[in-house]
Amino acid sequence: MREFGYQRALDVSGAVALLDADPEARFLGGGTNLVDLMKTGVERPARLVDVRELPLNRIEATEDGGLRIGATVTNSDLAAHPEVRRRYPALAQAVLAGASGQLRNMATVGGNLLQRTRCGYFADITSACNKRSPGTGCPAIEGQHHNHAILGASDHCVATHPSDMGVALTALDARVSYETADGPGEIPLADFYLPVGQTPHLETALPPGALITGVTLPPVPVAADSRYRKVRERASYAFAIGSIAAALDVRDGVVHDVRLAFGAVASRPWRAGTAESVLTGAPADAETFAAAAEVELAAARPLPHNGYKVTLMRNLAVAVLSELAEEATR
Amino acid sequence: MPPSTSSDLTLSVNGEKYTLTVDHRTTLLDALRERLDLTGTKKGCDQGQCGACTVLVDGRRVVSCLQLAVAAEGREVTTIEGVAVGERLHPVQQAFLDLDGFQCGYCTPGQICSAIAVIEEHAAGWPSAATGDVRPEAGSPPLSPEEIRERMSGNLCRCGAYVSIVQAVARAAEEKGAVA
Amino acid sequence: MTTATRGSVGTGHTRIEGRDKVTGAARYAAEVPFADLAHGWLVLSTVARGRVRSVDTEAVLAMPGVLAVLHHHNAPRVDTDYIGLLGVPPDPSVALFQSDRVAHMGWPVALVVAETSEQAREAAESLVVHYDQEPHDVAFSAERQTEAYAVDGHMPGVVEKGDLEDRLAASAVVLDAEYTTPEEYHNPMEPHAATALWEGGRLEVVDSNQGTTWVAGELANLFSLDPGAVRVRSEHVGGGFGSKGARAHQVAAVMAATVLQRPVRVVMTRRQMFSLAGYRSPTAQRVRLGADTDGRLRALEHQSLSMTSSVHEFVEPSAAAGRSMYAAEAHHTASRIVRLDVPTPTWMRAPGEAPGSFALESALDELAERCGIDPIELRLRNEPAVGPVSGLPFSSRNLAACFSEGARRFGWADRDPRPGVRREGRWLLGTGTAAASFPAGAMPSTAAVTAEADGTFTVRVNAADIGTGARTALTVVAADALEVPSDRVRVRIGDSDLGPAMIAGGSMGTRSWGWAVTAAAEELRQSLAPGADIPPEGITVRSDTAEAIGALARKERHSFGAQFAEVAVDPATGEVRVRRMLGIFAAGRIVNPLTARNQLVGGMIWGISMALHEEAVRDRSTGGLYGADLAGYHVAAHADIPHVEADWVDDHDPDDPVGIKGIGEVGIVGAAAAVANAVWHATGVRHRNLPIRPDRVLMAGGDA
Repeated sequence: MREFGYQRALDVSGAVALLDADPEARFLGGGTNLVDLMKTGVERPARLVDVRELPLNRIEATEDGGLRIGATVTNSDLAAHPEVRRRYPALAQAVLAGASGQLRNMATVGGNLLQRTRCGYFADITSACNKRSPGTGCPAIEGQHHNHAILGASDHCVATHPSDMGVALTALDARVSYETADGPGEIPLADFYLPVGQTPHLETALPPGALITGVTLPPVPVAADSRYRKVRERASYAFAIGSIAAALDVRDGVVHDVRLAFGAVASRPWRAGTAESVLTGAPADAETFAAAAEVELAAARPLPHNGYKVTLMRNLAVAVLSELAEEATR
Repeated sequence: MPPSTSSDLTLSVNGEKYTLTVDHRTTLLDALRERLDLTGTKKGCDQGQCGACTVLVDGRRVVSCLQLAVAAEGREVTTIEGVAVGERLHPVQQAFLDLDGFQCGYCTPGQICSAIAVIEEHAAGWPSAATGDVRPEAGSPPLSPEEIRERMSGNLCRCGAYVSIVQAVARAAEEKGAVA
Repeated sequence: MTTATRGSVGTGHTRIEGRDKVTGAARYAAEVPFADLAHGWLVLSTVARGRVRSVDTEAVLAMPGVLAVLHHHNAPRVDTDYIGLLGVPPDPSVALFQSDRVAHMGWPVALVVAETSEQAREAAESLVVHYDQEPHDVAFSAERQTEAYAVDGHMPGVVEKGDLEDRLAASAVVLDAEYTTPEEYHNPMEPHAATALWEGGRLEVVDSNQGTTWVAGELANLFSLDPGAVRVRSEHVGGGFGSKGARAHQVAAVMAATVLQRPVRVVMTRRQMFSLAGYRSPTAQRVRLGADTDGRLRALEHQSLSMTSSVHEFVEPSAAAGRSMYAAEAHHTASRIVRLDVPTPTWMRAPGEAPGSFALESALDELAERCGIDPIELRLRNEPAVGPVSGLPFSSRNLAACFSEGARRFGWADRDPRPGVRREGRWLLGTGTAAASFPAGAMPSTAAVTAEADGTFTVRVNAADIGTGARTALTVVAADALEVPSDRVRVRIGDSDLGPAMIAGGSMGTRSWGWAVTAAAEELRQSLAPGADIPPEGITVRSDTAEAIGALARKERHSFGAQFAEVAVDPATGEVRVRRMLGIFAAGRIVNPLTARNQLVGGMIWGISMALHEEAVRDRSTGGLYGADLAGYHVAAHADIPHVEADWVDDHDPDDPVGIKGIGEVGIVGAAAAVANAVWHATGVRHRNLPIRPDRVLMAGGDA
């Protein structure tokens, strides 16, 4: 690990100014991803600007009936918050499905959105990787891609985004707010992650030097009946091989409103908008759920060793939507 | 001008203040082990992937290998050396000892610090991934073996002492309930 | 003196060092303080085969705090022409920096030593090494059988009895199936760590290992030192499982301490452990069983292929698992290796038996299905009266009792044999069983027992407690032999100055050390006149068991066990959860039930982990591992482990003076097969490739 400077920021404008002054500086939140990447040599910042003490650690109701979650709210506090659990249970479940109790106590909402892929080639600095070192190639395509993307990937990168929280936030139409030296801004989470294309190293639409200040959730009535399910290669403390965030409102046997997002299948949390369109107004039965998932997954371009994810996501969609539909009729 | 790469700081550990100069690269884990001679906190992976280095910071469990020492200034750190009261073991320590909740002992301080926090987190009403219904109206689930297993999953034990660890955490939680 | 007391053995004792372990007071190898300590950081190759062309040391030597860079041009020379304690030559991989040759990805090419570990790490990561890269070959598969050859490792490579093809032809039912297991890594929680220093002309090493006699001997040989000039201590060891012998970290620390003449500590990172600490080879196995319609075996063939490095032969003797298990007229077993550009594998908990029993015990289950016979009954019908190949009598063989007790407690009698017919919500349920066995051996050891003037006793035996509870077990063994309460006995272990002793390995540690302790303690007890004064220096009796062990009658000596598992499988997602597990063992005299149960359960948990999770993936292009850390290499976590129960039946060996058989390894044997057999019972799909990952379950239309 390279030597680096450290400063603790006390206000948002000060934090942004510190980062602005040093192109080799990085914001330090909980450090659960950044410090690890510094140890492996993937990240080599010259300066860390510690933002954990910023007054961004609150969860507040918005006027329109949504929630505003500060960027430094820890994963633990987010998942334990009564309003999150009541109004957006899938979000609480997604956060609780991630990492471990210790890591959730450290990790922040802002950092979670910005965490890097867990692709083994990305993490190994002796290996080629277009995301880490543009132009060096993507060994995963010919090599190990058992847990890589089936949707939205390119010939340049097939890495997935590892966040669980982000999958639920994506299903819930969250918006990301940020601050730059030029003032504040906001991006819908749906537009937050850039398409992979030929530039997998460019990951988000945040302007250079921007500090995420929070995430805003609109009121989503259907989210009161929402669920997050995660499949992984051990029962806990592992990244997903496939996950799903779903919310379903069934009236008279017909889908009145639905939200669906997939995790661990793309370079970003994958909003299954095509499936939602098919579902809305259709009968709430397993056949429809399967058909909707298949339409969404028709865009999948699996590699030789990750085709199982197509089956997995289809089955997960059917299972979770069926569960929600069944509970709605009780 | 390049930034300074070390800082003078005061760490508060187990109620004691330690003033030292740290290289910013030094993690809380390395500061405890190499600088303060508090070697009870273990380095298993140094990557946040095993839980052996678990300590409490401001009462919450964290992995000290991903916590920079310089960023821990102003926080209260509790390590395995600080959980007993004098010669009297913490109930979690006593239960681990009595029920053989370990073999090689290397993950043990992390397991114990984690378990202490698990019991607190559960008492505070925090749900877990094993909680069927996370909505507050559903109430807090009992700290069943299944809940303990999920909540303790960030602490790997390669010897495979999981069964007796879960029994020890359950016993300590029961005792806490009994005295509360 | 007190009245005679026996009875420490067989009752539960919490660990002697337990309080130190739960308070953090127990110091492991990297935690013993030294003044003027320097820190070494290993630099590993980034190519899988080739030669080091040059090492650019200049820039690194100018970095803050850097003291030295050792590499093949300037490192002290070592000697590898010797046979060590375990009867094998050293793996040349530990002879660091002796040539420019790179034999695998992650081969040690340099050691950077600095004042602090942060400085050493940054300097090591900055060191530029130039290579002449050569094409490598790491592609292990069953197809490599044609290039393979048989090797006698700690088991004979090939054992043949009878005419296999003839007996197969005479069989009404023939099962022919192939099984694979992946690369598996020990991953003890404590990384390998050593501090070396020269003190008064002696080399002192504080290390984490499974036997200081062993490691001290290896270091003395490597560095051409008088055996008495090397002292290795290893007080507390955070797990070993076979990986903690002579390794790169000790050799590097000794080299640096020699060059710098100050204490140097070298600790492996978790990632480095995946290149430097050994592993279990992947296996490709084929089992052919020929049987009559009633399930009686006529032919048993087990072929196993494993890999080793280009510099050292190590064979995973998976085919040996059945040699003592089942009677058959023709009995052919062979373990072979193919040499590739990979690190040298090594012993890992139940080497041979763990992967071998997965194949053989799965095959038995398949045969039971074919014959329409209960899997337990099938095994009982093939119980041998004497060693199936050796013809030797068994010292004791209580496998049938294990099955009978296990079946009763598990509720096996109520089992519907049909697969795929039990559903509970989204889960399909099934149960499975498998047999276990592991050799019960002993190796010569010495011990000294001293009657102290204050009425206590001090036992000196160079045992290693790597989590087995050896320190506690030996305390109660000594107490019984001395006929005193265990609180009057102090046991000192983990120091090569205590005298030669067996390692913690092969499930032989406690038996070997216990034998030496018993011999010395009994002689001391008999020599102490009641009421006689003990001089201030005490009265010491020493023992050496070499002769007694040599005189032991040749027999088939094994522990046995019956494993039972219940699993739930979600066919929609491929998730497999073990719901409960029971193991009943016949493993000789159980010294300390509290720690013994824990250790047996730990072995069974390794079996669950092996069945469902563990797999290191080698990238054929780079020759290195993909995801070499504890997030990429999954070991079972708390949430994967249900209530697992272990217990035992009486198992006496009348002509063994200690009666201990060893329990470190038998717990894992058959455990993965029991889980895999339960997955078949749940789903109707046979999984012959480990681990049984969700994608394999999900995509397995037929057999997987």
